[in-house]
Amino acid sequence: MTARPGLLLRILPITGYHGRAGALIERSLVVSGRSWLILVSGALEPLLYLLAFQIGFGKLVTTVAGPDGRPMSYVAFVAPALLAASAMNGAVFESYNMFFKLRYANHYEAVLATPVGPLDVALGEIGWAMLRGGLYTVAFMGITGAMGLLTSWWALALLPVALLVSFAFSAISMALVSFLKSTSQLDYIQLVLMPMFLFSTTFFPLAVYPEALQWLVRCFPLYHAIELMRGLAAGFFSWGMAGNLAYLLALAALGVWGATRRIAKLLLT
Amino acid sequence: MATASAARVVGPLRGAWLRVEGHWTWYRRHWVSTLYSTGLQPVVFLAAMGLGFGSQVKAGPATGGVPYLVYLAPALLVAGAAQLGIGESSYPVLSGFKWQKDYLAVTATPVSPGQVLGGHLIWTTLRLTTAGLVYGLIALLFGAWPNAGALIVVLVGTLTGLACAVLVTALAAYTFDEGQRFGLLFRFVLTPMTLFSGTFFPITQIPVFLRWLAWLSPLWHGTELARAATLGGLGAGAVLGHLAYLIVLVLAGWAIAHRGFYRRLVA
Repeated sequence: MTARPGLLLRILPITGYHGRAGALIERSLVVSGRSWLILVSGALEPLLYLLAFQIGFGKLVTTVAGPDGRPMSYVAFVAPALLAASAMNGAVFESYNMFFKLRYANHYEAVLATPVGPLDVALGEIGWAMLRGGLYTVAFMGITGAMGLLTSWWALALLPVALLVSFAFSAISMALVSFLKSTSQLDYIQLVLMPMFLFSTTFFPLAVYPEALQWLVRCFPLYHAIELMRGLAAGFFSWGMAGNLAYLLALAALGVWGATRRIAKLLLT
Repeated sequence: MATASAARVVGPLRGAWLRVEGHWTWYRRHWVSTLYSTGLQPVVFLAAMGLGFGSQVKAGPATGGVPYLVYLAPALLVAGAAQLGIGESSYPVLSGFKWQKDYLAVTATPVSPGQVLGGHLIWTTLRLTTAGLVYGLIALLFGAWPNAGALIVVLVGTLTGLACAVLVTALAAYTFDEGQRFGLLFRFVLTPMTLFSGTFFPITQIPVFLRWLAWLSPLWHGTELARAATLGGLGAGAVLGHLAYLIVLVLAGWAIAHRGFYRRLVA
């Protein structure tokens, strides 16, 4: 009643938006204020990995082939990938919360009983995941910058890319989590997430794989996020990066559509 | 006639075993969703880090002179066991007290809290051994085992995983508000432990003022034992020391958990 859908919303067949996504974000902020330590500690994880690479892995492997084919220091190779992975993890772990809200706390039932629609819910939760992801990104970029691992001013573009990665992954994982029914099925998330984390050229270049597997790796969304970030961090550009960007944008759009549909289907019909 | 009670006293082992049967009944229906934690997780790590990252590593003093895959394989089994032990004893145990309340239900029968704890630990041990064997077999296909010491690695993994499981069970028994505790445990203990306990690189690369943290971690002791089982290079004294540390952790954790279970279930 209060929301006046704009032209875009009248053209698109979306009836679930009431312009109140902000209320969901506000609620998440209030809740996380009570467990701020866990929130802040999320920034610690990529830093621990970075430390492990600085003192451990980096001694085992000193240089690898960078995005432009020239050898680069191993730590500098891994750092942007870790940034992409942490944006992904932050977004996906938020979906564990979503699962509890959806299946146990009946949170969305309560929310939808107010003048808030499924698209508000989707955008609100995604917005919160992006806020959280953005916080981690800034912390991580500060540290990597101080370590001298970001060699180009283009690295500043890492922040919007990280936000896009958060957006895409939180939207898509929200849609997928809605299919889970019990806590033991949360294991499926790890089953998808960990292999993607480990095999998306995070820790070693694509050339290590046989040709056929290279194409499989190119299907992983995280691979595209990493390509984009690694290129930006090193200040190296190729046309492929436009493709990476398009992939992530498409994933984000698909995620929002899917999440909205699932919430509406589960709770409104 | 009406006084005949349906309840029969069960022996201590029998009571614990009934819990194992209970877990098994659940597991038969849900095993697919636990495939990842039961064996697949360390395999995925072995493929990525052992084969992928390892392809970039030259065998040298840091890897004990063997290919990185061979260096990593035993340590990953133990790390996977620690992960599984902690995972199976954090939220699942709290859930037994708090959400599903099956511990309360079961102790309303002649099964005692100590038997509930025992059942959980027997079940966890079985899971750990199964996971170790599954991983061991797949790693065999990778060519990651230089000799039959791999079988000892499975046992070491079970012991290490159990040490972690017992400690976390004890913590769960004294946890009433799920809010942050396990999340913080995973972030501040499990992840650093996995990264800095000698799984991926020798702890001698860690600065001395932080190295004692690795010495405290059960995972490091398990990793040392596991690596020694396939690659050798550990004296009898060191082996006994590592074993003793793990066993002491199991016993101490068990005692605390036992107390916690009785406090919470018999009030």
